[in-house]
Amino acid sequence: MSAAGYNADEMMTVTAARQLRDGAVCFVGIGLPSAACNLALRTHAPRLVLIYESGTVGTRPRVLPLSIGDGELAETATCVIPLPEVFAHYLQRGRVDVGFLSAAQIDRFGNLNSTVIGPYAQPRVRLPGSGGAPEIATHAREVLIIMKQSPRSFVAQLDFMTSVGYLAGAGARGRAGFPGRGPRAVITDLGVLRPASDSDELELAALYPGVTVDAVRAATGWPLRVAREVTVLEPPAAADLTALRTLQAATAQAHAAPVRLNL
Amino acid sequence: MGVMPLQEAIARHVRDGHSVALEGFTHLIPFAAGHEIIRQGRRNLHLIRMTPDLIYDQMIGMGCAAQLTFSWGGNPGVGSLHRLREAIEHGWPAPLQIHEHTHAELGAAYAAGAAGLPCGLLHHYAPTDLDLAGGPHTLVCPFTGQRLRAVRAVNPAVTILHAQLADEQGNVLIRGIVGAAREAALAARCVLVTVEALVPRLDAAPNALVLPHWLISAVSVARGGAHPSYAAGCYERDNRFYLQWDEISRDREHFASWMREHVVDCPDHSATLRRLGVSA
Repeated sequence: MSAAGYNADEMMTVTAARQLRDGAVCFVGIGLPSAACNLALRTHAPRLVLIYESGTVGTRPRVLPLSIGDGELAETATCVIPLPEVFAHYLQRGRVDVGFLSAAQIDRFGNLNSTVIGPYAQPRVRLPGSGGAPEIATHAREVLIIMKQSPRSFVAQLDFMTSVGYLAGAGARGRAGFPGRGPRAVITDLGVLRPASDSDELELAALYPGVTVDAVRAATGWPLRVAREVTVLEPPAAADLTALRTLQAATAQAHAAPVRLNL
Repeated sequence: MGVMPLQEAIARHVRDGHSVALEGFTHLIPFAAGHEIIRQGRRNLHLIRMTPDLIYDQMIGMGCAAQLTFSWGGNPGVGSLHRLREAIEHGWPAPLQIHEHTHAELGAAYAAGAAGLPCGLLHHYAPTDLDLAGGPHTLVCPFTGQRLRAVRAVNPAVTILHAQLADEQGNVLIRGIVGAAREAALAARCVLVTVEALVPRLDAAPNALVLPHWLISAVSVARGGAHPSYAAGCYERDNRFYLQWDEISRDREHFASWMREHVVDCPDHSATLRRLGVSA
C-alpha cells in the first residue's frame, strides 16, 4: 500500500474494469481478467454478460473463482453449455464483444505468448499453453489485455506466438482476414498502452498517478513509443476500492475454507 | 454394461499403451479412477485431457504416461503443474511426447471423434506457431472456397468419466459443468464411469445430459470419486487442496512420498479421502 491509500495492483484492476462497457458480452480468462470483470459487474456495468470457457454463460459469481470451472460459476449462470459449443456457437460465431486476456509475454504489436520460454522442443520454462486464448484473440470483436509490466514480459521478440495481436503491424491483421479488431488496450501496473492507428504498434497512452514516462520505458523490452498526448488517470474511487477489497476478502476466505465430504 | 468394483473395471479395460481420456472440465474429474490406474501400475499410456489438471500431474509423475494430448496444462488459478513441467523440461520420470492444441481445436477433435468423422473444422486465418509445432492443417471448403483449419479426430481407446448418478440399468446422469465429457465418451471405443450413487431411477429432465447404458462398458460406485475436483450437488471443489498441491508437487521426493502415503498405500479412494482428512 502506498501513501496514496491504494496499490498498483488495485489501480490496474480498477483501470481494467473501467474499460468494460455495461451490457457488453465478455469472454473472461482466469486471474487478473476475472477480477477486473467481476469488479465491473459490481460497479458501473451491472448488465455485463460474463462467459467463462467452462461453458458458464451469463455468470455472476459471489466470490472470484479459483478455477475457470468452479461450482460458483455454474450455480449463478444463465445457462451451462458443453465446451465445444461455447467455442463454436458463441465465440467463433462472433457473439462475443470483448475478450479479456493475460499472458507471460507480449510484444510491441500485442501478440501474446503463454506456451514456452525458450525453444518449443526444449523449453526452459514450460507454460500452461493455449487454452481458449488463441480463438478469443481471433474472434472477439475486440481484446483487452491485462499484464504486469517488466522487460521480461514486455519483450522485443516473443519466444512463441500463442495468440495473435496485430501480427507484424501496419494492417497485417486485417489483411489476414481475422474477424476481431485485435487488442484495444493493454492495461499494466504502470499505465495503459494502446495501438497507434497507422502502425498498430503499442504506445503509451495513459499513466497512473505518480508514474513517469521513463519508468514505463524502463519496464518495456523495446523502445516504447509515447502517444502525442498522455493522460494521467484519476486514482481509484473510494467505491471502487471498497468493492474490490470486499470481493478479494470474501474470495480469500472462500478458497481457504476446508472441504468436508459427507459420504 | 456391468456394475462392478472400480478395481475390476480398470483391470479389465485399461491396458498398458492405451490412449485414455479421463475427462471432466475442472468439475467431475475422475480422480478415483486415475488413482486406481496408478495403483495398478499402468505404463506407456497416451493420456488425453483438455486440462491435465492435478490428476495427470500425478499420473505423469508416477510414470504412467508416454504421451499427452492436451490444450491447457496449468494448475487453475495457482500456477504450474510441476510434474508435467519436469516431464517436458527434463524427461523425468520418463520422456513425454506432447500433442498440443487449443481448447477449441481439442473440443472439435472430440466432436469429430464422437461423430466418426476423420477431422473437425475451425476457421483459419493465418498459421500459428502451434501449427509449426505439429498442430492442425488446412483444407478448402468445396462450397465457398474458404480455407478452413482441420484438426484430426480424437478417438480414445478408453474414456473415463465421473458422474453424480447411474440407475440400475447403468444409464448415467451428469449435472453441471460438462466440458467435453459427452463428446469424449461418444468418441471412445470403451467408456468407464464412476458415480457418486446408484439409484433405481434417474428422473432426468428431457434435455439432461444422460449417457445411455449400452454405450458404457462399466459403472463403478466411487463416492467422493472426483475429490479434490467436485461433484455439483454432492460436494464442492477443494480449492484449498489445489493451492496446497503447488507445494506438495514441487519436489520429486516430496511428491513421491506424498503419493505413496495418500494413493499407492491406500487400498481404495475412500481410504485416500480418510488419509487426507476430508471424510470420516
